[in-house]
Amino acid sequence: MTPRPGLVLEVDRSTPPTLFWHGERFVLERLPEGSRIIYAPEPLAALEDPVAAIRHALLHPLDRDPLPSLLSPGMRLTICFDDVSLPLPPMQAPDVRQLVIEQVLDMAAEAGVDDVVLVAALALHRRMTEAELRHALGDRVYDAFAPHGLLTQHDAEDPGNLLHLGTTDKGEEVELNKRAATSDLLVYVNINLVAMDGGHKSVATGLASYRSLRHHHNPKTMVHSRSFMDAPASELHSSNWRMGRLIADSGVKIFQIETTLNTDTFPSQFGFLQRREWEWNLRDRATYVATAAALDRTPPRIARQIFHSIRAPHALVSVQAGEVEAVHALTTANVWKQQGVEVEGQTDILTMGLPYISPYNVNSIMNPILVACLGLGYFFNLYRGKPLVRKGGVVIMHHPTPWEFHPGHHPSYIDFFEEVLSDTTDPVEISKTYEESFATDPWYVHLYRTGHAYHGVHPFYMWYWCAHALDHLGRVIVVGGDPAAVRRMGFSPATSLDDALEIASDVVGRSPSLTHLHTPPLLLADVR
Amino acid sequence: MKPSRFPFAKPTWPTAVPRPAPERHVGLDYDHDWSRRYPVRLARAIVLDNVTRPAARLVATTTVRGTEHLRHVTAPVIFAANHASHLDTPILLTSLPVRFRHRTVVAAAADYFFDRHWKAVLWSFSLAAIPIERARVNRRSADVASDLLGNGWNLVIFPEGGRSPDGWGQPFSPASAAYLSRRTGRPVVPVHLSGTRHVLPKSGEPRLPRRSPVSVLFGMPLSPDDGEDARKFSVRIERAVAVAADEASSDWWQARTRHAREETPSLRGPEASGWLRSWALDPRPEAGRDTWPRV
Repeated sequence: MTPRPGLVLEVDRSTPPTLFWHGERFVLERLPEGSRIIYAPEPLAALEDPVAAIRHALLHPLDRDPLPSLLSPGMRLTICFDDVSLPLPPMQAPDVRQLVIEQVLDMAAEAGVDDVVLVAALALHRRMTEAELRHALGDRVYDAFAPHGLLTQHDAEDPGNLLHLGTTDKGEEVELNKRAATSDLLVYVNINLVAMDGGHKSVATGLASYRSLRHHHNPKTMVHSRSFMDAPASELHSSNWRMGRLIADSGVKIFQIETTLNTDTFPSQFGFLQRREWEWNLRDRATYVATAAALDRTPPRIARQIFHSIRAPHALVSVQAGEVEAVHALTTANVWKQQGVEVEGQTDILTMGLPYISPYNVNSIMNPILVACLGLGYFFNLYRGKPLVRKGGVVIMHHPTPWEFHPGHHPSYIDFFEEVLSDTTDPVEISKTYEESFATDPWYVHLYRTGHAYHGVHPFYMWYWCAHALDHLGRVIVVGGDPAAVRRMGFSPATSLDDALEIASDVVGRSPSLTHLHTPPLLLADVR
Repeated sequence: MKPSRFPFAKPTWPTAVPRPAPERHVGLDYDHDWSRRYPVRLARAIVLDNVTRPAARLVATTTVRGTEHLRHVTAPVIFAANHASHLDTPILLTSLPVRFRHRTVVAAAADYFFDRHWKAVLWSFSLAAIPIERARVNRRSADVASDLLGNGWNLVIFPEGGRSPDGWGQPFSPASAAYLSRRTGRPVVPVHLSGTRHVLPKSGEPRLPRRSPVSVLFGMPLSPDDGEDARKFSVRIERAVAVAADEASSDWWQARTRHAREETPSLRGPEASGWLRSWALDPRPEAGRDTWPRV
């Protein structure tokens, strides 16, 4: 059956309560009559033979010669791939990266390429564990490359393995992974979960250093990225595109491979998460009741482990290869085909339920900064045209927002939350006063390079990610969150949705319009 | 407005969303796998032996002959019978030797027995019925029947495709027993049922059964010859059922000799129309002296 497109439902008396994520739990909320709920399109059909589709893409690339003709004995080949932050949740094996890289390696082996190195494009993210690498690449690839030191993870703080390629006409320094920049061919394997991913951002961000990243990961750029999901309107992307073109002009030959997945996000046990509430059958309702009751009685740590063990049944729906910009244009169109929903006009209040996972807490704790980043950085930005919520409007997020951090993964987040946010929540002020000291702190650098910690500057980037929303909104309310943690970020805590609407009335009046962003699955709102 | 008890109760349907036509899980789409799970088989065996069989015998004193032909045949087999009454299935099923009886499915018209969910459940449970497209060869129903034969289930099928409208037989469809036998390599056992139309004839209106004697006669198992297509094999099956019919109305020897001389009366009755065909049918037997059924 053809997947149904997205839907904007106007809530009436007969609309059943609506599902909201609440971290590692779900709740059903009854929205006021007249509210709108945006439902995502249904997952597209999977490619019948993904291996054949990948092979076809490699042999018939866009604006590039077929991959085998670019491979020759004696050449230096570097294969870079997206890290653990994609896709979300991690997909059921085999991961798309494995499928693609295995075929690239097969072609390289046939061509007699000896010098091959794999690089996880971490940027300033934490290093992946062996288990995570094995999951992304498969045992065959891992066992062939890791023991020989040929499976590496990009180190943005390794001066010996960074190469300064030049400065763009806007003064942006471009510093890249040396191995990748000096290879005869750089193959980059992307998973394009949302429209923001891929393009020149893959190399220019994923393989860059702090010196390079700070030019676009800053409050000014973020405020002018409207939104991240709409590259032409995103200053973040403009900066990356300038850098990408400089990289290409420097002679770095990139063969870009981009893949899009469908939004089949949760396995059948959680089928109700993907279904519209009025279509829940007996099984959905029973599963919901049982799961919700069980989660209410489960300690948060155990619930977190259960949720993080979920592997998404995502399926490959398109694969494109070739020249970066040609590939990305097609990829973006394919992402919109899966996730796009047309929405008429803005709203006074935007509500959203936030899940247990964001790109930066895979197998980790969703700390308050990541909650803010997911809600205001990602969900708020899931639009093209105009933000879903009007200027001066209110965002209501549903999440427990515990004052809890993973000390191994997010050490600098703890200090950022304690020291920086207690002083100011203004991204510009934070950037001026604190960024440099965190970014260059030797302890954070050490943890980033040798442990599994995010870079010292990463919590700043998470906060900058919210800059557009913070600049745009009149108030942010968190339902069910830890009041102290919520207040620390300058948001208003509320115990229930009704309370949140009451609080919001100070800003948007007594009869505001309300729109709910219904997730999962993910959607992109095309706001007219 | 009454507060919704969702998710404990069914969700209400938003007015703004048009209701799709309900998905039909009936007819050929009906999922009948459950009816062959062990607990259901056990329950059906209990019902078949203790309810269906006595009930069938209550309305039809049944004589079963020819079971010796089944003694050496290896299951699974296809039972191909003539069809004149709804009573045919329970009578045939309850007349099968035990080793076949509880591992037999019945091909039933998808458009008649599976058009409502409750009917599909009833017939799947009580008779192990499976939905079959009767008008033509349907790949899906043929696949289902073949798979079941492959999994060791015997199959009862009525190659005429429906009950006789006037009491005389109709042409056997090559797309049923003959086709399945050729496809699966399983033998066909011809079966003739007589007298059931007197108990419960095909009629427009529902009516109570009238008690009458019934005979079930199993013929020799048949297999398709090398190079014999389904059409020719189907003719042979029809002829074998006609021989069984002849035997039921005379005796084994007379039926065999008439068959050798190719003088077996056709199941389809005389080439006549109107009352002449009805006149040529066996009259309803006089009520016997038995006032109690021979169970």
